[in-house]
Amino acid sequence: MGSLSSLPDADKRDIVVLEGVTKRFPGIVANDSIDLSIRPGEVHVLLGENGAGKSTLIGMLSGVLQPDEGRILVDGKLTQITSPRHALALGIGTVFQHMMLVPALTVAENLLLGGPWWQRPRTEELEARVAEITRSLGITVKLHAKVSELSLGEQQQVEILRAMVRNSRLLILDESTSMLTPKGIDELGTLMRRLVEQGLAIVFITHKLKEAAAFGDRISVLKLGRKVGEIPSERFRALGEQEIISEIVELMFGKQKDDPEAVECPIRTICVEAAPLLQVADLAVAPTDNAPGLSSISFDIRPGEILGIAGIDGNGQKQLAEALAGQRVATGGSVRLEGTAIEMLSVGERRQRGLRYLTDDRLGEGTVATFPVSINFFLKQVGAAPFWRNGFEQRAEIDKRAAQLVREYDVRTPSLKTPVGRLSGGNIQKVLLARELAEGAKVVIFNKPTYGLDLANTLASRQRIRDTAARGLAILLISTDLEELLSMCDRIAVIANGALVGTVENVDDVRTKVGRLMIGLAA
Amino acid sequence: MTGLFSEVFLSALMFGAVTAAIPLLLAGLGEQMSEKAGVLNIGIEGMMLAGAYLGFVGAFYSGSLWLGFLTGAAGGVAVALIMALLCVRIGLNQIVIGIALTLGLEGLTALLHHFQFSRSYPRLPAADATVIPLLSDIPVIGPAFFKHHLIVYLALALVFGMGYLYRHTQLGLNLQAAGDKPAALDVAGIDVIKTRTIAVLTTGALAGLGGAYLANVGAGLFIPFISNGAGFLGIVLAMLARGRPVWVLFGALLFGVCLSLTTAMQVAGINIPTDVIQMLPFLAVMIMLVLFGRRASLPAALGIPYERGTR
Repeated sequence: MGSLSSLPDADKRDIVVLEGVTKRFPGIVANDSIDLSIRPGEVHVLLGENGAGKSTLIGMLSGVLQPDEGRILVDGKLTQITSPRHALALGIGTVFQHMMLVPALTVAENLLLGGPWWQRPRTEELEARVAEITRSLGITVKLHAKVSELSLGEQQQVEILRAMVRNSRLLILDESTSMLTPKGIDELGTLMRRLVEQGLAIVFITHKLKEAAAFGDRISVLKLGRKVGEIPSERFRALGEQEIISEIVELMFGKQKDDPEAVECPIRTICVEAAPLLQVADLAVAPTDNAPGLSSISFDIRPGEILGIAGIDGNGQKQLAEALAGQRVATGGSVRLEGTAIEMLSVGERRQRGLRYLTDDRLGEGTVATFPVSINFFLKQVGAAPFWRNGFEQRAEIDKRAAQLVREYDVRTPSLKTPVGRLSGGNIQKVLLARELAEGAKVVIFNKPTYGLDLANTLASRQRIRDTAARGLAILLISTDLEELLSMCDRIAVIANGALVGTVENVDDVRTKVGRLMIGLAA
Repeated sequence: MTGLFSEVFLSALMFGAVTAAIPLLLAGLGEQMSEKAGVLNIGIEGMMLAGAYLGFVGAFYSGSLWLGFLTGAAGGVAVALIMALLCVRIGLNQIVIGIALTLGLEGLTALLHHFQFSRSYPRLPAADATVIPLLSDIPVIGPAFFKHHLIVYLALALVFGMGYLYRHTQLGLNLQAAGDKPAALDVAGIDVIKTRTIAVLTTGALAGLGGAYLANVGAGLFIPFISNGAGFLGIVLAMLARGRPVWVLFGALLFGVCLSLTTAMQVAGINIPTDVIQMLPFLAVMIMLVLFGRRASLPAALGIPYERGTR
């Protein structure tokens, strides 16, 4: 950077320029003639919904994909970024949306990957460097833990750390905040600011408008593979946050004016006298090698109520959901559904009685990716009439009901026979919703129901959850997105280290109370 | 029955066990490297056969065992090159190609041997043993473990060399990443194809060496299909060893004892049908699989060809 700062004009020179870049995949144009300029000292936000072409664009910048048309200039010179190694050599470091860590290796070993093969890995050097970076990031990283033992959130932190370790001059962050805590997101924002002040260029991909407005210097909005607008940095500085958000919304949707995520919490009337649908008392789960245990978990949920579970990712949320659903053995405590103890029942029996669980692992444990959409609707009823009779599949019955569910839940799928893995995240979530909310549901556990979904699908999922509560079901909503909990829940409980540390009503100063609980202070 | 526990019997048994274990060890270590890098190398049996044949031919015509080991390893590498080209670079199915290579080499080596030697099976002179002073004087253990050809000690040293490679070197990290999450290695700037090719070629060299040892030292001659499943046993060893070379060694010794029992019992004049005794190694495989098979942990991307940009 030293040579650049000696030339007053060089500061303005773009590190990377894209001119008319087009990339096609079978059947779709993922990027359609995109122009983009990336400058040192700027956070360039790429904003767009799922499928807008953000990941494809990043793939071309990081050398994983090659453009079909158009030019990429690096430092003003026409350059073909032929491989990820080439991109790294050019100073382009990427934190990918999909985990790019080797699960079987330790964090330290992952950070060391890519060194010259004849060298011994320089562990001591790395440790010093990591200590320095983590201090400024305000995160702790277990260098000698295996990656497979880390939560998704922790893995993402390692990925960000890795890009920092590599001294990139252009840092691409692809949806990096989606798994971080609110505090972590703020810290990342601060860090990005510090980095661009030192002359780094950052490309920050997100679909959250607030982050874009808060952290960006320049915003490019992508929509269905095209760039539909840009707010340059001069203009960006002149506008307030609300003005920027409404301008982006204008660009993205061309109609709404306000932040569409800010839906005022509709007042629901919950019958206080009604007997709780779900009663959990002193639930405990033993810790395992890679997951914290649970202790003294107690709460009630009444019909029509949404109870939120807030907390930093990896504090036992998944264990709680699985223990309730029966997928994880509880070592103590009781779970009562409509007053009947169900803690000894199997997963299937609990489901039968109306306890439903929507996993956050939609493709892994929620659906079978290669099975058609229609079968995925009935995965938990395989063998049951009327969809199966005497062990034989009743194709007509299945298709009839599936078609009905596709309509009812607005699943966008080319056909009922399409493998569910080919659908977007939002539509897979709709399949899960349709399956779990179908006949007989009484209590529904949602684990991060909007993680990784675009705005439209996020809003649709939230509305679906509200409607479900309005039908008189009891809802347990586990989320790491505090805004989501604030906009949906009647009460919010905070989980930390596998225990509920407090429950607060969702009224006025709840945000600070939950925040205090999350970092270990009394509400 | 006194013969069973005599000194001669025991040291012959253990000597035979080590001799039988070395080809398994080399095959297992080689297979382990391929598997770590994400290539399921079913062709290893073919690589051993190529190594056995070329190793024998090299030693037979030059009169030097060491030159035989060299040509044997080269033979294994040659077969591995085909494997690397088809499975790593072009990305064809590893199991299909592996089986094809094994069957192909079985026929090819038998055919070439038949052309050269017709129906005769010439023998090599017995291999010189490197006798380790003092240690070899210990009763029973001495003659069993410390009077082997030098290559045996080198193979044992290789176990620890491999352990060091996987734990303490950059190449070791790269190999494991190539097998577990090749995309992560790719974006770290390391060529996955190259890394896997290195692994497959090394496997070829080790399997070829194992084959050459089998023919030149173990048997002293080449007969068609001399490997007799040693490569496949190597695959089993690699899978059960959970990525640790020292477990390959233990497994190889265990199978070595089983194989050696066959001859040792005949020497001791115990009257069990040889067919039954010859089943021992395979019985041992099944028992080991039942006991430890569930703990086998394989790399996530094992057997999946890597192509950039696909998820």
